[in-house]
Amino acid sequence: MALVIVLVVLVVVLLVSGGLVLSTRTRRRGSSLPGAGAPPVVGEKAPPASPSARSGPAIAPAAPVAAATVDAAPAEAESPALAEPLTRPALRDRLGRARGFLSGYLDGVRARKGVDEGTFEQLEEALILADVGITTTTRILNDLRAKVRSGAVSSSDSSALLEALQADLVSMFDGDVGTLAFGEGDGPTVWLFVGVNGVGKTTTIGKLALRETKAGGTVVLAAGDTFRAAAGEQLESWAERAGARTVRGADGADPSSVIFDAVQHAASRGARLVLADTAGRLHTKVNLMDELRKVRRVAERLPGQLTEVLLVLDATTGQNGVVQARQFTEAVGVTGIVLTKLDGTAKGGVVLAIRSELGLPIKLVGVGEGPADLVPFDPAEFVAALFG
Amino acid sequence: MFDTLTDRFDAILTRLRGRGRLGDAEVSEVLREIRVALLEADVNLAVAQDLIERIRLRCSGAELAKYLTPAQQVIKVVNEELTATLGGEALKITYASKPPTVVLLAGLQGSGKTTASAKLAQWFRQQGRHPYLIGADLQRPAAVEQLRVLGAEINVGVFSEPTDPVTVSRRGLAEAERLGRDVVIVDTAGRLAIDRELMDEVRRVSLTVHPDYTFFVVDAMTGQDAVQTAEAFHQALQLDGIILTKVDGDARGGAALSVKQVVGRPIAFLSTGERIADFEIFHPDRLASRILGMGDVLSLIEKAEREYDEEVAGQALERLQSGRFSLDDFLDQLRQIKKMGPLTGLLSMMPGIPKEMRDAKVDERDIGKVEAIICSMTALERADPSVLDGSRRLRIAHGSGTSTTEVNNLLRQFKEMQKMIRGVGPMAKLAGAGRPGNKAKSAKGNRKKVKGGRVTPSTKGLGPPR
Repeated sequence: MALVIVLVVLVVVLLVSGGLVLSTRTRRRGSSLPGAGAPPVVGEKAPPASPSARSGPAIAPAAPVAAATVDAAPAEAESPALAEPLTRPALRDRLGRARGFLSGYLDGVRARKGVDEGTFEQLEEALILADVGITTTTRILNDLRAKVRSGAVSSSDSSALLEALQADLVSMFDGDVGTLAFGEGDGPTVWLFVGVNGVGKTTTIGKLALRETKAGGTVVLAAGDTFRAAAGEQLESWAERAGARTVRGADGADPSSVIFDAVQHAASRGARLVLADTAGRLHTKVNLMDELRKVRRVAERLPGQLTEVLLVLDATTGQNGVVQARQFTEAVGVTGIVLTKLDGTAKGGVVLAIRSELGLPIKLVGVGEGPADLVPFDPAEFVAALFG
Repeated sequence: MFDTLTDRFDAILTRLRGRGRLGDAEVSEVLREIRVALLEADVNLAVAQDLIERIRLRCSGAELAKYLTPAQQVIKVVNEELTATLGGEALKITYASKPPTVVLLAGLQGSGKTTASAKLAQWFRQQGRHPYLIGADLQRPAAVEQLRVLGAEINVGVFSEPTDPVTVSRRGLAEAERLGRDVVIVDTAGRLAIDRELMDEVRRVSLTVHPDYTFFVVDAMTGQDAVQTAEAFHQALQLDGIILTKVDGDARGGAALSVKQVVGRPIAFLSTGERIADFEIFHPDRLASRILGMGDVLSLIEKAEREYDEEVAGQALERLQSGRFSLDDFLDQLRQIKKMGPLTGLLSMMPGIPKEMRDAKVDERDIGKVEAIICSMTALERADPSVLDGSRRLRIAHGSGTSTTEVNNLLRQFKEMQKMIRGVGPMAKLAGAGRPGNKAKSAKGNRKKVKGGRVTPSTKGLGPPR
């Protein structure tokens, strides 16, 4: 707390001695200069009288959701009509379109007969471009170099090297299987979804709701995103598709109370599963992470059985993914990761670092905006797709 | 956002500063470390290599031998090359001669287009324009609804209908013209760059509305893929600029460096928070300085101008100059600073703050506690804290919901700060000398002129006035 004082004084001294006084005297109204002294900003408006941790107008980027119109969906293996049985497209097929550029590097590696430092440079480039990160890449390749030096891997056969690398990467996932846990007791199982803004929490919940209702259970969706404009509507439209109920609160309501209500509702109806959505939040925001801690505490209260806290992570995220995973885990104890948007060109290599540094298993992979575009994580398939 | 790059550079450059001559070997070592720093910050591999090579060329042993302090020269070169990569000058919006000016937003799913649309509308309104929003994202459930709610918040009309994006855009544009709006912002659905159908669709939207500006909206935490996606969108749409979102996170922001370099279009705006107001024009020169730990004082001052009450600021100057700064003064200033957003954000814009301070996890709740404690004091106590005995402190602790330890800490720390302020007084006097009364300003508000005599290291060479 002493720090606050020091910092505030520093800021004041700087601002004031830095000529602030003069500048404020000449504050303009409605200037044509970009970013210049503006009329009172909208954000100053009084927040809705509620315990929500945020103030001001509700804005957060939209989370991707399936096509409202079927013909907008990507061309590949799709089951647009919900009446059809859900197909589980193989990860490899979904990633087919996106593989191109990385396999180029590896073709280059294969083309070289032997294994030399040049080979390793190419591998390093390939892994970095896949967002594996320089630290993890260096470690992986050093291990591989050691194997070549010791003769465990042939130094004259680049294909063998690639195979060894692939095997190493798969082993980093240590036999993870993408199953989500259900509770043993009588009450409904609760799965809580967390993550930063725009990663695909709501969409993932929608897809899961469909999967689980198809599997025969009753599912209740908790609209715990009480902040973003129209978040409840978005979730509800997914619920309709899946034949699940949604429990919503007023805009700006306390997310914990919405989730509590949802669990109560699920228990009274004998529903099997509650999927709890939360608002996207940057892990750097102390008050929002506090809010999330409270949400978790409420979610684990009986009659609900909180068995999964899933961090939804966008595959296009770079090294910040590790920070996100660390911070969210520290705050609410993440049990697994859902890696979304892997149908794009991003490789999602950051999950390797997350797995090795934090031990967090990847449970599910999102491969599109359609309701069927969710598959269990398979390490071998993931690594193979990484390499084409 | 760029904090970690700054830290790495800090470390590298501090080591450099002590050295006299720098041979090629040392320079190579430094460049290797800079490369690692850039990659860890998600700067695209090719962009990082390119930047390193440009720096290397200008920092050969022979080159550096010309300078008395070669380390300073390296720092200067790194700063210049970084600034060049980030884009040189800020984007200036020029409006269509025949209104409306059309702005199209495109990007991946979840990048923040809908939010940015609203923010952009608000920003145009602040520039004196009359914006209109078109909700052409018919893909995501409730996307249009979201835009309508935002539009209502900022009092900007939103047009949409459940037809198809091309039709919506065309009809929306017609409606905007009918209503006499002079800026139209078209929000589109998120789409993958490799989705041929959807890329065709957005191309058709573009051909329908003939945008004056097409902005690619990209998330600041994007990794190596930023470049590929940006290139693809650029090929399809001829981008005019980039809007970088979620900049208030701690993502290292390498994507910003990379996209600009590879696409060749400037980063136009930064979305810096969840409030609609958290939106600013991007200043590459300021960001380069910030990365290098040289602070971003201009942004800080702009923020302060928007939020700081001018009378209170005036008081602060007087008090500082006189070397007397009481708890009351502190409270007044604290309240102003609270309006400016999170303290850590402000800190990252200040020059010369040591890494430990910038990194310090400031619990924003502490600000509330400090406020509560001071408010629980009587006017006498605030004016003269020496009267605070045990029982008074206890009363204050109870009144503010804190502990006597915390009250004690605050008082002790404040006393230290007062000492420091007494030292600052004379300096502030010098700085403020001859200032009050100089109210002359050109119509355009030439900010640089106003700050004329105040040339701190971080304002030097920061580009032309806007």
